[in-house]
Amino acid sequence: MYTLEVLSLTKGFGPRQVLKDVSFSLTVGDSLAVIGKNGSGKTTLLRILAGLMIPTRGKAVFMHDSQKLDRAAIRQRLSYVGPELALYDALTAAENLRFFGKMRGISLDNELIVKITEMVGLSGRENDLYRAYSSGMKQRLKYAVALLNDPTYLLLDEPTANLDEEGRQVVSQIIARQKENGILIVATNEQEEYGFAEKQYRLDG
Amino acid sequence: MPKNSIGLTAKSWAVLRKDIQVEFRSRYALNAILLFGVTTLTVVSFSVGQKNLSGELYAALFWIIIFFSAMSGLAHVFVREEDAKTATVLRLTADTTAVYWGKLGFNFLLLSLLEAVITPLFLMMTDAILHHFFLLLIILFLGAVGLAGATTLIAAIISKASVKGALFAVLSFPILLPLLIGVINGTTKALTATGGVTQASSELQLLTSYAVVMITASLLLFEFVWEE
Repeated sequence: MYTLEVLSLTKGFGPRQVLKDVSFSLTVGDSLAVIGKNGSGKTTLLRILAGLMIPTRGKAVFMHDSQKLDRAAIRQRLSYVGPELALYDALTAAENLRFFGKMRGISLDNELIVKITEMVGLSGRENDLYRAYSSGMKQRLKYAVALLNDPTYLLLDEPTANLDEEGRQVVSQIIARQKENGILIVATNEQEEYGFAEKQYRLDG
Repeated sequence: MPKNSIGLTAKSWAVLRKDIQVEFRSRYALNAILLFGVTTLTVVSFSVGQKNLSGELYAALFWIIIFFSAMSGLAHVFVREEDAKTATVLRLTADTTAVYWGKLGFNFLLLSLLEAVITPLFLMMTDAILHHFFLLLIILFLGAVGLAGATTLIAAIISKASVKGALFAVLSFPILLPLLIGVINGTTKALTATGGVTQASSELQLLTSYAVVMITASLLLFEFVWEE
């Protein structure tokens, strides 16, 4: 059983403390909405959990059957989708998927690429350059990349940003599946997205 | 998703292949490095083309051209990732060691291409006479490995800084000094009739040791630079 234990996470930027003693614990099947106004530290929390930022104090412990996961194991099990991420502009969607698949240890053939792009509503556009995509299509492709490793831990920052109604439905399906098979953390300040998760954690900044 | 066991070599190759694809579609580093190299070479050839200089001077001029051209392009391998915000996804998905080997391979290829263009042009546009072709080939190869080995880590360090260009040359120069001394001395022996591989054995040992030490140290340090 995979778990995530967040213990007194604190993060400061200069004199300003963004996160102060954040603690919670999640296990497979749990979902958590991190809510709060702009600048309350939602993205900072997700970036720390994704290993992209070091906390000032405290820690996040990823475990499998009481055994602590190392950095490489966490990388294999965790995916993060956020507005500040970008894929390769000069590559097509299929080339991006193939490359990140390889990084995840998966060889993707054309059939699989068609299947994945269909899943996020991008079928028929696999061979378009990423730079030719609209912001919503780019967001969908980021989801496709994030799902390549069947993540146990899925972190979503502003999950429906830039998405149209069809895109929101794709995200709803991804979230529903994640809630059955893994751990989901969603950072949002949209009230209608609070329902994506069963639990809530409010950050006051 | 079906998981295959893709090893470190295949992942490193995938990083290198991706960088080559991105480079050939954008010509970001290639244009900068070749333009700088050819421009500097032209200036040098106008100044010293008709003069008969010693082997030492030709060797020094040749490596000054290679060094500064390299400085104008080698950092792009990481700067591009940070500027385009693709570094974050790479950090989230890729094995750190595979990223290092892929980027090292890319910088090595870029330098080899630069040397392949600049070396024949330099010999044509100046009065330098090449006496030992095979020795020069070894020096060029070891020089490219050493330069790539040292600068790939520095490129990763400076990619997060705001004044990238100046910082890259400033940080690289003291680290590259032993390499530059080695390649200049080695090239001098290739341009001198009395030189040769046997006479340049101390330079070849120095360059080989430098490359091994730099790549090993970079491999050990890269995780800290890349992930923090």
